[in-house]
Amino acid sequence: MDLRRSMLFIPGNNPGMLQNGGVFGADSVILDLEDAVAPMEKDAARFLIAHALQTVDYGTSEKVVRINPLDTFAAEDIKAIVPCCPDAILVPKVESAADIHQVVSMIAAVEKPGQTPVKIIALLETPCGIAEAYSIAKADKRVVALSLGAEDYTAGLGAMRTREGNEIFTARTLVINAAAAAGIQSIDTPYTDANDEKGLLADTKLAKSLGFKGKLSINPRQIDTIHNVFNPSMSDIDWAEQVIHAIRKAEAEGSGVASLNGKMVDLPIVNRAERILHLARLLGLIEEVK
Amino acid sequence: MASISKTAQAGTLESSDVMITVTPGAKDSGIVIEVESIVLAQYGEDIKAILLSTVQKQDITDIYIKAVDRGALDCTICARLLAALSRAGAVLKEEML
Repeated sequence: MDLRRSMLFIPGNNPGMLQNGGVFGADSVILDLEDAVAPMEKDAARFLIAHALQTVDYGTSEKVVRINPLDTFAAEDIKAIVPCCPDAILVPKVESAADIHQVVSMIAAVEKPGQTPVKIIALLETPCGIAEAYSIAKADKRVVALSLGAEDYTAGLGAMRTREGNEIFTARTLVINAAAAAGIQSIDTPYTDANDEKGLLADTKLAKSLGFKGKLSINPRQIDTIHNVFNPSMSDIDWAEQVIHAIRKAEAEGSGVASLNGKMVDLPIVNRAERILHLARLLGLIEEVK
Repeated sequence: MASISKTAQAGTLESSDVMITVTPGAKDSGIVIEVESIVLAQYGEDIKAILLSTVQKQDITDIYIKAVDRGALDCTICARLLAALSRAGAVLKEEML
């Protein structure tokens, strides 16, 4: 499982920001060819991102490129970017499994022999996309995550975006459920007020509580807050280790039933504990399961 | 030998960027490069070398290249020149490098 607590957008036609993208510690950097680039500058941004992918050291950050929608410049973007070995392509405005199939064929046509297969993260930001979330998630093995784009989605609904986000509650839960059912990750919409740290914290906590595995980010200042929320706490880790210890003890004793502090430890509890410990190991918070 | 058909530009004057203008030269005029840079004394020759190497890889001759540099990395200089060449009508041999 790849770590995608934070996915930071970097404007694709800004060399200064592209060359510094690796210093912020985001789990993923998203080099953006879509909204951050004016239509007349798409060509120059493609050259710039292609060279950045092959030259700039993004450290441990996953290298993701957001291409343009399929009905605009997606074909040119994929042709230019995929041979430069990004880890993944973020595809905006995905509305159906057919969209994914189309992207997969375009990627496969230009991947170099021996190249690590480029993954796909589907950005769902229309009512149609949300309605088709599960079929999109299951469309191809390259699809590793669904993400939510709330600005376009609420425009499609005819609803106003609010700080509380009630208008996107249904979309959030549908995306989370579809991704979980398909066994892939769900990534929440960005919190667009970069100066509202309290709002970001509350929104990120809500996203985690609903089941999202990470959050898109539009400003490097948001990274620490997002990581702090998605990181397992020490009490989470302690609890998870106790659960695993209890289940192992029960197995060793030949008992089919384990309990912890008077509560039964069943499979969903064990799965949750294992997820916490897996994340803790990825983050270096623990070395191995005790 | 390839060529360009019109004047074109790519890049900006923002920090870490470079604005590159390419103009078709007269026949047999060769490759002429002019650089303005905030770090001309230290890196002027390096910038010229990148521009020359990039345009030679495309087999383009008879061209005037003007670069106004604001501290761009090599990869940015190369990317901006290729974008300018493409906009000027060059059919690039290798689009990215």
